[in-house]
Formats: sequence, structure tokens, C-alpha cells
Amino acid sequence: MTLTLDILLSGLVLGGMYALIALGLTLQYGIARIMNLSYGEFLVAAAFGALFLFTGMAINPILGLLLIVPASFAANWLLYRIVLTPLVKRAKNQGMLEVDSILGTFGVLFVIQGLMQVVFGGALQSYSYLSVPVHILGTTLAANRILALVFALIVGGALYVLLTRTRYGTALRAIAVNPVAAQLSGIDIAAASGLAFAAGGAIVGAGGVLISMFLTFSAASGVIFTMKALIVVIMGGVGNMMGALVAGLLLGIAETAVARLVDPGLTIAVTYALFLGALLWRPTGLFGRPAR
Amino acid sequence: MMTTKRTCLTALAVAAVSAAFAFGAPAQAQDTIKIGWAISKTGPFAAGAAVTTLPNYQVWVKDVNDAGGINVGGKKMKVEVIEYDDRSNSEEMIKAVERLATQDKVDFILPPWSTGMNLAAAPIFNKLGYPHLAVTANTNQSPALSKRWPNMTFWLGLPSQLVDGIVETFGKMQKEGKIGNKIAMIAVADQFGIEQSTAAREGLKKAGFELVYDKSYPFGSQDMQPVLKDAQAANPDVLIAFSYPPDTFAITDTMKVLAFNPKAVYLGVGTAFPGYKGKFQANAEGVMGVGGSDANLPGIKAYIAHHKDVIGREPDRWASPITYASLQVLQQAIERVGKIDRAAIINEINTGSFETIIGKVKLEGGQNVNVWTVGQWQGNDFFGIAPTAKAGAKAPIDKPKW
Repeated sequence: MTLTLDILLSGLVLGGMYALIALGLTLQYGIARIMNLSYGEFLVAAAFGALFLFTGMAINPILGLLLIVPASFAANWLLYRIVLTPLVKRAKNQGMLEVDSILGTFGVLFVIQGLMQVVFGGALQSYSYLSVPVHILGTTLAANRILALVFALIVGGALYVLLTRTRYGTALRAIAVNPVAAQLSGIDIAAASGLAFAAGGAIVGAGGVLISMFLTFSAASGVIFTMKALIVVIMGGVGNMMGALVAGLLLGIAETAVARLVDPGLTIAVTYALFLGALLWRPTGLFGRPAR
Repeated sequence: MMTTKRTCLTALAVAAVSAAFAFGAPAQAQDTIKIGWAISKTGPFAAGAAVTTLPNYQVWVKDVNDAGGINVGGKKMKVEVIEYDDRSNSEEMIKAVERLATQDKVDFILPPWSTGMNLAAAPIFNKLGYPHLAVTANTNQSPALSKRWPNMTFWLGLPSQLVDGIVETFGKMQKEGKIGNKIAMIAVADQFGIEQSTAAREGLKKAGFELVYDKSYPFGSQDMQPVLKDAQAANPDVLIAFSYPPDTFAITDTMKVLAFNPKAVYLGVGTAFPGYKGKFQANAEGVMGVGGSDANLPGIKAYIAHHKDVIGREPDRWASPITYASLQVLQQAIERVGKIDRAAIINEINTGSFETIIGKVKLEGGQNVNVWTVGQWQGNDFFGIAPTAKAGAKAPIDKPKW
């Protein structure tokens, strides 16, 4: 019983991190319809930002959020307006936009990575913040990881409510389902998509700051985060906030359970097995509706 | 119209000539020694190369040029650098090395970073006839490789030596009654982790230790809580981890949070990084890891301070000082031969005896075997504690609780 509880809580905390990473991408991919391969780079850039503020200017990462989240929002909005809008305009259909945006953001990935290499160097970076034990129901967890989980739950929940219960949210979902029809109903697609993309950027910025408290990263680590986020997004159903949240948490619990009960060497295998299972049996994701 | 054109051309020619003088273009071919390297400045290997290898190349080149250059047959020749980024890709690296030799016509080529890259580079270095100082390569095959490619030299000792050091250290501590015989061992599931843990399993069992927990975790994993919780439940006297830098940091962090306090802790690559001490401060005290240096050697002391001045941070305490020492060996070999005769210089590197910051270096069969295998953070330095017979070896201290 204590072991089950231990696995559950540790798994939730790990899964919270996965969900946090994935929430921004599901906004960008699901609503703005941009498959952003440079997503992980924005996460690492935010992590570097937090590191710089903390070690260089003694501003703690929580306060750093106030600076980095708006900056990341603005950077992503500009990216959408300047680099991606031409692609959106010229795309004849969803498939073409997907291919173009993958190629375009693949380039952006190297630009950001290169800039980070030049500014911060290639070395691994890490610092300590809130790395203190918290005891919950007999399980010991790190405070900084719990913070990431709580943040993921709040952001995921808030976005879910926003998208399903508000008028603007309904408009955003309309874009995700059928951009042409949405435009015909009087929705300003360009503005709304830009905003959704930038909001995804704000979330990835927050994710980068929170994750930098407990993970070691370097200018080259971005792609790992993009991969993980993509797995969670696809498992949860593209554009589905609740799906991303639940898929992230499930992955965390599954990995922890396999590590404790079977063998820690199998954690990556179980991730991909679940991913494969989702693709085979629920191709639209845990919460996705079959496409019509 | 014609005159104008000619005037223009003359002006251009004058400008070109004066520019050439202004920039000090070499009047003769050999006023400088051209040294090239292809190293990972981007991609997954960039982090390792940026800690251990590239800064030492930069410090060494600066030191040589500040001193007026390398003395080749009575003439001081400054070092000119040509650098390529191999993008952590062995094919790119090989192409760049070939380019350095055939197009840039460099006099010497410094090696790339990591075991894999150096093994990939070995045939081309040999074909081109350049000395190959494979400092960051660590494999049990190295004596055989040096036999096949005499230009290739190894500097970190054999992986089996590193394990011997671990067995020696903990065997001695057990005899002295400082620790019991229960060991928990975790290892990253890649070539490094598997090779090391296999050798350690055998050596520790032979020495009478009991492995109460023995698992591997996937490469790239930074979530150490599950592994460490089970290791903690096994209640070991010692935790040994054959880990890479990100996991080394994560293991320390998680052990601290879990209040997992075995009597001794040995962690893998990254323990000797200045960033480790920087991040964990007082908690680093007593943590053991691969490598080490004799911080009381005047050469090492000066080197650490100098590295900090030039690069802005301290060097790691495993392969960094050895990398710098290998370059000192190269320089002394060039000076002794007195001309750019690469075959003679390779021979001198293999047979000569050299004074360096890590003390006297004398290769045996292309191997630098006189190395620290286990180090421990004691105060502000990561001292070598094994092999115990090596001059300057410190006695291990008890690890305080996190």
C-alpha cells in the first residue's frame, strides 16, 4: 500500500513535468496548427534566462517567471507574425501548412540553438533552487518538482475551462476544427492563431523556468523536450488540454511504476510502448474525437 | 576614362599590399606553426567538449603565444589556429580532419572529444601521419589500438584501472572498519556504464562485497527518484553510480531530498566538474568520483588559477589537467626534435619523459597509466585518493550527511 502510494505520488510529480512541457505545444499545434520543432529551444532559452537571472542578478526563478513568461510570449508572437504568417497565408491546405511549418521551425531551431551556444557556451548548466524535501502521505518529494506539477495542473485546468466554457475559447476550438468555416463565421483567424501560438510560447517559457530548477540542461538539449512534448500531445489528442494533462500524468506514473516494480532500464521502453499503443488503438488521442 | 580605371587599379593594388603588411601576412611559409582541430561546438557532444577539451586548447595556445611561441630549432614560432565544428557527427569530424591536413596543411591536429569520436578519428590520423593525443578516449582496447596505430596515445588509464581504484578504496575502508560490505550500484545503460559496472561487479564480489542493489537506468534519464528509493531501501554502506554529468547532478540532488545517506558515495563523470562543487557547495564534501588531481602540486595549483583567469571558470579535475599536460608533451616533443618532423615527434612522444603540470609523464606502449582513478571532494579541491601508492594520494575522509 505504501509502495503503491509512493509510486503514485512520485509518478504524478514526474508526469506533472511532462504535462507542463506538453501544454504549450498542444496550443501551438492544436490551435495555431503550427508543428513547432523549435519548441524545445524556447524551453531551453527560458531555462537559460532563469539561470542568468538567478546566478547573475540574484533574482529567484519564481520572480523570474514575471519577466521570462511575457518575454517568451512576445518572442513567440513575433515568430508567428514574421516567420510563420507567410507560410499560413500561402498554404492551400492543412497538410501543406504542416510540412511548411515543420521545415520553417526546423530552421528556427538551429538559429536559436546557435544563439544560445554563442551567448552561453555549450557546457551543461544547472543550479539549485527549492531542492528541499516535502513529505506528503509518507512519501518524500522535491519541492521544485511539486511546483512544476501544481503549475501544470493550474495552467492545464485554466486553459481547459477557457477553451470549453468561454466564447473566445469556442472560437479558438472552431479554428482548430475547421479554419475555413471559422473564418466564414466571422472569426479573425490570423489574430486568434497568433494569440494561441504566443500563449503556447508563454507556457513553454514558464515550463523552462520551472524545469531549470531541477534538470541539468545545455544549449543542445532542446530536441529532447520537443520529443517528449510531442509524444504527450499526440497521446492526449492534438489541441486537447485535458488530454495533454492526463497523458502527461499517466506517462509519469507508468514510468515510475515500471522503474520500481519491473526494471528502471525499461522506463523509456514503456513510454514508447504506450505511445505506440495510443497510435494503434486511439489514433486521435485519449480524449480526441474521431475526425469527421 | 582609361586613366581613371588604371588609377583605380593602382589604388587597389596599393591598398591590397598595404593591407597585407598591416595584417602581417607571413612573408615566408613557416613563421608560425599551424595547429588545427575539429571539435563538437554544437550537438550532443558540445557540452563535454566545452568542459574538458576546448578550453584547454585555448589556454594552451594563449600560453604558448604569450611566451613567444614554440622553439623550433632555435626559432620561436607562434601558433596559428584553424578550428572546425564537427557538429557531434563523426563523419563531419573525419572530413574536417582530412581538410585540415590536405587543404589547410596544418602542422598538427588536436583530437576531438569523447571515446567514440577518437576511435572514429584513429584511422585517419594514422593515415595522415599526425600524432593523435586521444586524451578523452577511455577504453580497455587502448593498448591494442596503440600497437596497431603507434601515433595514437591514451592518457586517462584503462577503464579496468578505474574500477581497480574503486575496489582498492572501498576494500581498504572496509578493512579499517569504516564501512560494511553492502554496496548499491547503479549504472547508465550505455557502453560506458555497462563496461564499468560489469568490471566493478566482478571486482567487488571478489573483494568480498555484497551487491544489495544493482540496476541500470536508460541513457538521458534525469529522474532518479525510483532507482534511488529502491537503493535506499536496500540500506547499503556505499552507493556507486556509473553516471554521466546530468545524471550525476540529478543523483546528488535526489539523494539529498530523500536524505539517503550511505557512508560513502561514488559518482561517475561530472563529479570532478567545478560546476558540481558550485551547485552543491558544502554538500559536495566527501563525495567520491572518477578522476582527481593532486591539488598540492604547484603546477596544478597554478594551472587551476590560470584556467580560471583565461576561461572564466575552473577546469574539471579529471581530464582537463591531463589534456593540458598532453599539449605540454606535444610542445616539448616538437622542441626536442627541433623541426616539424611528425614521425620523429610521434617517436619522441612515445619514448621521451616530460615534465608537465601533472608531474612527470612517461608513456608506456602509448599509454599514460600513472593516473588518478578515484578522487574525493575535500574542501575546495577534488583530491586523488586512489591508487593509494601514487605520490600525493590523500586518505579518504568520512562523508558528512547531506
